[in-house]
Amino acid sequence: MTIRSLLVANRGEIAVRIIKAAKVLGIRTVQVHSAADADMLAVKLADAAVDIGSPAPKKSYLNIEAVVNAAKAAGVDAVHPGYGFLSENADFADAVEAAGMIFIGPKGDAIRLLGDKVAARAVAAKAGVPTVPGSAGRLATIEEARAVAAKTGFPIMIKASAGGGGRGIRIAADLADLERHLPQASAEALAAFGDGGLYLEKVITKARHVEVQILGDGQNFVHCFERECSLQRRRQKVWEEAPSFLLPADVRTRLCASAVALVREVGYRGAGTVEYLYDEATGEFYFIEVNTRIQVEHPVTEMITGIDLVEEMIRIAGGAPLSIRQADVAAEGHAIECRINAEDPARGFMPAPGTISKLSVPQGEGIRFDTMLYEGYTIPPFYDSLIGKLIVWAETREACLERLRGALEGLVIEGIPTTIPLHLALAADASVARGAFDTRFLEQWLETEFAAKTGATAEVA
Amino acid sequence: MSKIEIRSPLPGTFYRSSAPDAPPFKAEGDSVASGDAIGLIEVMKTFQEVPAGVEGRNITFLVENEEPIMAGQVIAEVEA
Repeated sequence: MTIRSLLVANRGEIAVRIIKAAKVLGIRTVQVHSAADADMLAVKLADAAVDIGSPAPKKSYLNIEAVVNAAKAAGVDAVHPGYGFLSENADFADAVEAAGMIFIGPKGDAIRLLGDKVAARAVAAKAGVPTVPGSAGRLATIEEARAVAAKTGFPIMIKASAGGGGRGIRIAADLADLERHLPQASAEALAAFGDGGLYLEKVITKARHVEVQILGDGQNFVHCFERECSLQRRRQKVWEEAPSFLLPADVRTRLCASAVALVREVGYRGAGTVEYLYDEATGEFYFIEVNTRIQVEHPVTEMITGIDLVEEMIRIAGGAPLSIRQADVAAEGHAIECRINAEDPARGFMPAPGTISKLSVPQGEGIRFDTMLYEGYTIPPFYDSLIGKLIVWAETREACLERLRGALEGLVIEGIPTTIPLHLALAADASVARGAFDTRFLEQWLETEFAAKTGATAEVA
Repeated sequence: MSKIEIRSPLPGTFYRSSAPDAPPFKAEGDSVASGDAIGLIEVMKTFQEVPAGVEGRNITFLVENEEPIMAGQVIAEVEA
């Protein structure tokens, strides 16, 4: 069935992005919002808007009943979950379908399977995708943990089966540490995720975070090449690129093929991302997890492939076969995305909600700014600090960095502090220009180079 | 006997305790020292402690646990 109307079950810049894609496809849009979000941009752009509850996420954007009821009352054909909130909640996907609507994403069972990190590791192994050395499944006993650690060595990561997105992870430096952490980690995972299951993974100390964008219609599966997302602070991505330009061609081929093999194994439908750690020294890559939704950093892939991922996921959900074959997917040039957050990089990245007094967005070839900002908008304090994504494309990475520097200088957001100064410094940094970074680079760089440049205090609270 | 107001330094969501199952930082009627935490403010998914900033007795909270709060809003009052 073709989707004629959809409900956007999200907020912020991704809600705006989904509405824009829906408009291109001639689809009517209904935007949900909390009481704190009545004046957000997506509400203004949508054909209709529904208030679903108080500002606290669990009373609005995380409230399955409220969102499904809003969708039913609006009479929409489909629900787009965006990222975060309920996007990887299998019960939500099931509830949407049970109410007779289409969930724009994979089936609840696929979300459940791939969302369980232990089960996902097993799927990867079955599909021949290398996984980080560690426990074969959930840990049953402390003896088993000792045996795994004896093989992998220390440090070792204790991860929650139901965790993800950097949450539910502890690192044990030695055996005593492991024995001390295990019971606490289990109790913590039970409290945080409702599931105390744990598994172990070797710590890959010098690694890049690379991930492969995939699309599937249940029968056919393609990759749209990889992204490089190593620049992270507190396990949250700050800056993303496509392609991962230092990746040897043969590694790229195997990496992308492995992501396709993995999603083929589960008959995946929709857009998804297979995340890996890449050890540059050995040329080995290891599967970490699958994200069964659109990602924040999807625009860099769109910029190098020309594929509109959000439109494609809506078409697939409506029952259309994939509109592209692997041979049609070509990558051209280089793209970089800077996440612009309402945070003060000079004060330990203190969040800074407030009112936008001035907004000036750079224009030009290869420049895109995905945002929910407008002049006079007051950013509420209840949600994520991401306020926009500056995405720049050029024919080479060098030209891309050059264009990015100009675009960052042209991007003016007044009224609140933002992370634009951080990105200006990164875009001018020699190590970043060489691509000489791994997942631990940014935090060290913030404490040394960036602190020296700005007199910034590295951390608060 | 005068009342002193304790105002929120930030907008966000106010919490009386450090975790859902933890006891509140301060019970109604407690005395506070200037450096004592009286709650947490969640602002954009990060948590900041709110120090009393004043010394006083018999604290009265004017904001409920988990309620939205504006910067400058009075969280509690104490007696000098």
